[in-house]
Amino acid sequence: MEAIGERINGMFKAIGKAIKEQDASVIQDMAKRQEEAGADVLDLNVGPAAEDREAAMRWLVESVQEVSDLPLAIDSTNVDVVRAGLEVCENEAIINSTTGEAEKLNAMMLLAAEHGCSIIGLTIDEEGVPGTAEGRMEVALKLLTAAMEHGIPTDKLYVDAVILPVNALQDTPPRVLEVISQVSMLADPPPKSVIGLSNVSQGAQFRSLLNRTYLVMCLARGLSAAIVDVLDEELMDAMIAAEVLMNRAVYADDFLKAYRK
Amino acid sequence: MSFEMPVENWRASITQVTIGATEQDGGTRERAITIGGAATLPFLAFEGETPRPIIAMEVLDEQPEGWPEPLVEAFSDVYGDPAAWAQKCVEEYGADMICLRLVSADPDETNASPDELAEHVKAVLEAVGVPLIIWGCGNYDKDNEMWPIVSQAAAGERVILASAEEDNYKTIAACALADKHVVLNESPLDINIQKQVSILLSDVGVKPENIVLYEVTGGLGYGIEYAFSILERTRLAGLGGDKMLSAPMLSVVGSEAWKVKEARLPEEEAPEWGPQVPRSILWEAATALTFLNAGTDILVMWHPEAVKLVRQATEDLFTSGNGF
Repeated sequence: MEAIGERINGMFKAIGKAIKEQDASVIQDMAKRQEEAGADVLDLNVGPAAEDREAAMRWLVESVQEVSDLPLAIDSTNVDVVRAGLEVCENEAIINSTTGEAEKLNAMMLLAAEHGCSIIGLTIDEEGVPGTAEGRMEVALKLLTAAMEHGIPTDKLYVDAVILPVNALQDTPPRVLEVISQVSMLADPPPKSVIGLSNVSQGAQFRSLLNRTYLVMCLARGLSAAIVDVLDEELMDAMIAAEVLMNRAVYADDFLKAYRK
Repeated sequence: MSFEMPVENWRASITQVTIGATEQDGGTRERAITIGGAATLPFLAFEGETPRPIIAMEVLDEQPEGWPEPLVEAFSDVYGDPAAWAQKCVEEYGADMICLRLVSADPDETNASPDELAEHVKAVLEAVGVPLIIWGCGNYDKDNEMWPIVSQAAAGERVILASAEEDNYKTIAACALADKHVVLNESPLDINIQKQVSILLSDVGVKPENIVLYEVTGGLGYGIEYAFSILERTRLAGLGGDKMLSAPMLSVVGSEAWKVKEARLPEEEAPEWGPQVPRSILWEAATALTFLNAGTDILVMWHPEAVKLVRQATEDLFTSGNGF
């Protein structure tokens, strides 16, 4: 599984402050810590605090790629902010994210095609998040069609089935599992599946337990990537064990250590 | 509509490992050989880099007993003298490397002392300019006693020290680190143990660019399908990004192929199988080609005619049909 490290986000207090004060060392330290903890991709989100979000995204990208060669997920719902990040990004990039809403979908896919990068598409359309697995699959198909129309290889699309907090909408987690299973059958090569894991436990108790349990369930359905707190060691251990149990990684007695080498 | 060849894109490529060191790099080899670097499965040149395999010819450090006649014919003029034997392999048969097996170390047989073994190594180093693989006798205690001295005798030459096993890796790893050699990671045809030994070697400081993988396999007809699938799975894991299994692979062909009765028995004892030559030679070559197709990077071989056949077959695979 591709672990997309979620910690460089202006919503976190220390990161928000560092963005505001342009203190690159805090950001770079977090980038390195996540890389050491096993992140395959680093998510970058300037958060709500930044005054000039485009400038802030450019600065984030530049600061992080000074210390890491990992692919960067340029995380914003705003096309201009994403474009600003992509323009200075020398590492591999992933757009995070578009929705199935026509106007945004077209603009973001154009950007992805122009920069030859991957793109995460949320199963949300003009009506919001569909309540059923079938509804989410319809949007997934729309995302896939748009990617193909723009000449983006199908395996550069990540379908995010939008997990919602279990304490509010308890019927969502099983529906998202259904979507994860089905995404892999949409095309050949198949699009990837991704979830923003921490959202499943937003506002709930025993968050870490909920997160890692749900991640393992998703992996059993073939999840390709997840935006996660890679610094949560128990979560990463559960992920590594699940990869071994799914025969996606070769077992060795020190399999946990092997993953982190 | 034009046909587009579907191409598999792998996450990683196989680690490159350099065997042998020239004067410039602190050794005395005439040339070093870099193995590894495969970016896809063997011979699929239209998908990516598929390096040519290297053939090491095996030399024993004392005269073998009970060898089948075809091998005796090929080597009886030199097989009491490892330096002359190595020279013959390089000069007459074009061996890319020499695999020197220190069989005389065996405490149940000749039981040569570490200093005597070091002399054998030095003699072969002086006799040939190609990189070396040095193999212990397999007795843990004796090997651990000799390695510090034998490894030191080849210090700086970047030989492959063979081999580290799950229950016996520390001494050989320490010697490789001290004398700048490469370590052979040996497992009993078990991918999980192979991976574990890589982890253990990494824990004691052996870097990925100093590790070569070796699964103990048999000859053709003796479970080679299983061996093939383990080697292939190892290669697939390496290409898939498993750093502990992304090292190049070595296969021992000669001694395994010639161990089996189909290669060993002369025509008088098995008339239904026809003349021993070319049967035995084909047996070794077919064993080698099987491992090549599974992804092996270094073949350790015996008979010069088998070496020639494998070279020819490899050349054909590289020059015909490339890119379709």
